Amino acid sequence: MLELRNINIKLGEFSLKNFSITVQKGDYYVILGESGAGKSVILELLSGLIQPNSGNIFFNSEDITKHSIQKRDIGLVFQDYAVFPHLNVFNNIAYPIKKKGFSKQTIKNKVTFQAEQTGILHLLKRKVNELSGGELQRVALARTLITKPKLLLLDEPLGSLDVLLKDNLRNLLRKLNKAGQTVIHITHDYEEALSLANKIAVINSGKLIQEGKPSEIFNRPKSEFIANLTGIKNFFKAEYVSSNKVFVNKKLEIHAQPSEKKCEGYIIIPNDTIILSEKKQVSSAVNNFKGIIDHIIPSRFGTEVIINIDIVLSVQITNVSSEKLNLEEGKEIWLSFKANSVKFIRKN
Amino acid sequence: MLGGVVLLFIIGPLLGMFFATSSNEIIETVHDTEVRNSIGLTIGISMAATIIFAFMSIPFAWLLARKEFLFKRLVLGIIDLPIVIPHSAAGIAILGIISRDSIIGKTADSFGLNFVGHPVGIGLAMAFVSVPFLINAAHDGFKSVPLRLEQAALSLKASPVRVFFTISLPLAWRNIVSGLVMMFARGMSEFGAIVIVAYHPMVTPVLIYERFGAFGLKYARPVSVVFIVVCVAIFVLFRMLASKKNQIRVNKSI
Repeated sequence: MLELRNINIKLGEFSLKNFSITVQKGDYYVILGESGAGKSVILELLSGLIQPNSGNIFFNSEDITKHSIQKRDIGLVFQDYAVFPHLNVFNNIAYPIKKKGFSKQTIKNKVTFQAEQTGILHLLKRKVNELSGGELQRVALARTLITKPKLLLLDEPLGSLDVLLKDNLRNLLRKLNKAGQTVIHITHDYEEALSLANKIAVINSGKLIQEGKPSEIFNRPKSEFIANLTGIKNFFKAEYVSSNKVFVNKKLEIHAQPSEKKCEGYIIIPNDTIILSEKKQVSSAVNNFKGIIDHIIPSRFGTEVIINIDIVLSVQITNVSSEKLNLEEGKEIWLSFKANSVKFIRKN
Repeated sequence: MLGGVVLLFIIGPLLGMFFATSSNEIIETVHDTEVRNSIGLTIGISMAATIIFAFMSIPFAWLLARKEFLFKRLVLGIIDLPIVIPHSAAGIAILGIISRDSIIGKTADSFGLNFVGHPVGIGLAMAFVSVPFLINAAHDGFKSVPLRLEQAALSLKASPVRVFFTISLPLAWRNIVSGLVMMFARGMSEFGAIVIVAYHPMVTPVLIYERFGAFGLKYARPVSVVFIVVCVAIFVLFRMLASKKNQIRVNKSI
C-alpha cells in the first residue's frame, strides 16, 4: 500500500539516510525510536509537509513524492493535537468537510457519527480550551478520521495521557485498525508498540535498524540499542568458544545451550530466570557466580537488583525474596542460572 | 514616581489646553463648517487609506512572518523607514512621485487628475507614514499563530487560501485590528508630509497650523481641542468594537 524507497533528507543537524519501509493495507505499523531519532520527520514526509532530498514515496503503486499535501489520502494527527483554539469541538471536527459542497445536515450527521465513534459526542458544543489532553487527542483524531484517510498517521498519540486514558485510546485505535484502518503510529514506548503493532520498525539517528513482527523484534533484537529500547535486560555481545560455552563481552565465560559451530552473536539472560542466594548452592544450574550488589531498585513487579559479576546483570525478584535475603547495596551475593535459560541470537 | 512625572508630562499640556478653552469657543468651533468639513475629510481619507492599504499589507505581513527569502532583513528594515525619516522629507519624496513631472503624475494628468492638492495625494502621504504600524502589528500577529495550526489545516486538505482566511487571519486578528487602528489614528494626525503634498483641501492638522499662523494661539486652540476629542472618541470606539468582535469570533464558528 505504502512504500518509502531510499528516502534521504537533511534538516539541519538531522538526516534520514536511505530510509525504506513498506506498509501493507490493514497494517498497524509502529515506528519505534528514541526522541530525536527522526520519527516525526517520517510522518511529515508522508503527509507532504516536507519534501525529501531524494528517494520516492509510493502510495497504492502511485508515486506521490511530489504530490501536494491536499492530494494525498493520508491523515495526520499531531503530537500536540493542533486543535484550532478559535473553533469549538463541532467546528474543529467539521473543518475538513466544510466548503466541500455538503449540506448543513450532512455535515452535522458526519460530525455526530465521528464524535460518537471517538467517544466525544457530549463535547461537541464545548470550547477547546476547556478540554483535557485526552479529549483534545480525540478531537484531533475525529477531525482527521472525518476525511476518511486511507492511511492514518499518529505522532506519539498516547504520549502525554495518563494510564486510564491511554488504555481507552489504545482500545479505540485497536478498534479502528480492526475495522480496516491502516495506521502508522510513532512512539518511543515499546510497551505501546507491543500492545498495538502487527509490524514494528526500529529507527535510530535517522536509520532503520530493524523491521519485523513484534515477536521478531522482541525475541531477536539485532543490537544492544534495540534491546535497550525494547526494555530487554541482560543483553550482551557474546561468542561461542566451545560447543556449550560462550564468552560474554570478552570478559566472562558462561554455559549456554549447545551449538554446533562457533559463531558470534548476542545473548539474553532473562532477568526473572536468575536465582539469588547468600551462599553458593548445589543445584542443576551450571552458571554460578559471586557478585556485588550495585543497586536495589523498586520496580513494578517487585525489586530489581543490579549485580556486578564482571558484567552487570539485572535480576528481578519479588519483595518477599528481597526481604528474606536482607539485600543491601555493596553486599556480596551468589547468583545462578541454567544454561537453558541463556538465549543466544546469532549475528546475521 | 518617575512614571508619574512622565504621565503628567503627557496629560499636563493636554489638560492645560482644555482648561484654557471656554465652552463657548468649543461650541462655536463645532458649528464652524470649515472645521467640520476638515475633520470629516481627515477621517474619511485616513480610513480609506487604511482600508485600501490593508488589502495589500495584511497578506504581505503574512508572507514576512511565514516565508524566508533573500534580503528579508533588508525588507523589514525598509518597512520601518517611514517611522525614522522626518515627515516633511517623506512629503517631499511623495511629492516627487506624484508631481506632474513624474510618470505617475503624467499618467494621472492624462486622465485629467492631479494628485498634488488632491485627497489621493493626502491619502498617499498618510499611508506612507502610517503603514509600518499596520504591517508590523500584523507581522507580529501572524508570527504568534503556531505554524502547527496552519500545517494541521493544510493536512486536513484545506487550500492555502482557506487556511489563511480561516486559521491565520482569525488567530492574528487582535494584532491586526490593533495595527489598523494605529494606522488610521497615525494617518489622521499626520501633518508634516501632508502639508507639502496638499495644503488644500485642508485636513485638520493643517487647518490648526493655518489658524495658528494667521490668527494666533487663541484661534488654533479650540480646533485642536475638538479634533483631539474626536480622535480619542474614534480610537476608544474602535478598540471597544475590536475586542467585542474578537470575542464573538472566538465563540462562533467561521
